[in-house]
Amino acid sequence: MVDPLPIQLLAEYFPNGISRYAIGGLFVGLGASIIYLGTGISAGASTFLESTLSYVSGLSRFQQYVSSRDWRWVFTIGIIAGAAIYSLTLGDALQYTTQVQPWRLFVGGVLVGVGTRVGKGCTSGHGICGMGSASRTSIVGVATFLLVAIGVAQVVAALGVSP
Amino acid sequence: MSDTERHPLFMPLILVGGLIFGFGLGFSHMARPEVVLDFLQFEDFGLVFVMFGGAIVTGIVYFLAPRLLGEPLLTKRRFERRLKPFDKNVIIGGSIFGVGWGLSGICPGAAYASLGVGNVTILWALAGMFVGAYAQGLVRSRIDAGDAATTSAD
Repeated sequence: MVDPLPIQLLAEYFPNGISRYAIGGLFVGLGASIIYLGTGISAGASTFLESTLSYVSGLSRFQQYVSSRDWRWVFTIGIIAGAAIYSLTLGDALQYTTQVQPWRLFVGGVLVGVGTRVGKGCTSGHGICGMGSASRTSIVGVATFLLVAIGVAQVVAALGVSP
Repeated sequence: MSDTERHPLFMPLILVGGLIFGFGLGFSHMARPEVVLDFLQFEDFGLVFVMFGGAIVTGIVYFLAPRLLGEPLLTKRRFERRLKPFDKNVIIGGSIFGVGWGLSGICPGAAYASLGVGNVTILWALAGMFVGAYAQGLVRSRIDAGDAATTSAD
């Protein structure tokens, strides 16, 4: 008889199964790969913040992205529309709303905005494209933000902040 | 690469790539901050499969494309690996990003995708990201200007 213990352990760590995550991840990688195959560009999601700020600010920090800001808009609109296509076909038809409190989203967002720019990338730039490039900088970046995020999330949960 | 040299399919290809990328973020439920926070609290390890699954796909393509194609299909630029220089900013910025990610469960790509699945509340996070990116750019410009002034004075 097959020991069911490993399967039970797996179910405990993956209450929503694995296929949803693995298939979604393959699509994320495929999207980045198509852009790379066509253009040679490693598309990160967070540079859109700076490239869009170049419309309203003359700071040289942002102006360096003027030449790429049009296609970064197209990439971002594609991400929004792609998620909408999922939601309208296999999802819950645009009915999802997060319960995480607005102050957590806003303060977290500010720190994400600062951190990805100081740290040269985010979960897509470092996590998908950088690790795909076997970049040591990206692997260190991913390890750093993963470990810190785990620590912070545990502390926030321990303090009873929910949702 | 100037705009005039762009291939007519450049923008359509970026759009298709973004669509598939966003579809994947929606499908994997990474557009839901709750699911990311569940991962960070060790309640659901699914995110590992999203990030490493995606990185394995790009890893294979990043390895094979330069060898099989030589140059990108639509542009004359070279295939470049995404190798950014390492310095202490990677650790400092990564840590700040980690605090924000751990507090909110939201990162840039997932936030755009969250808007796509109907989550209007995520605009708080997006507004925060623009504020943070602007503040960082402002402070960094002042520091750089200060450095330049010091250097020229020397």
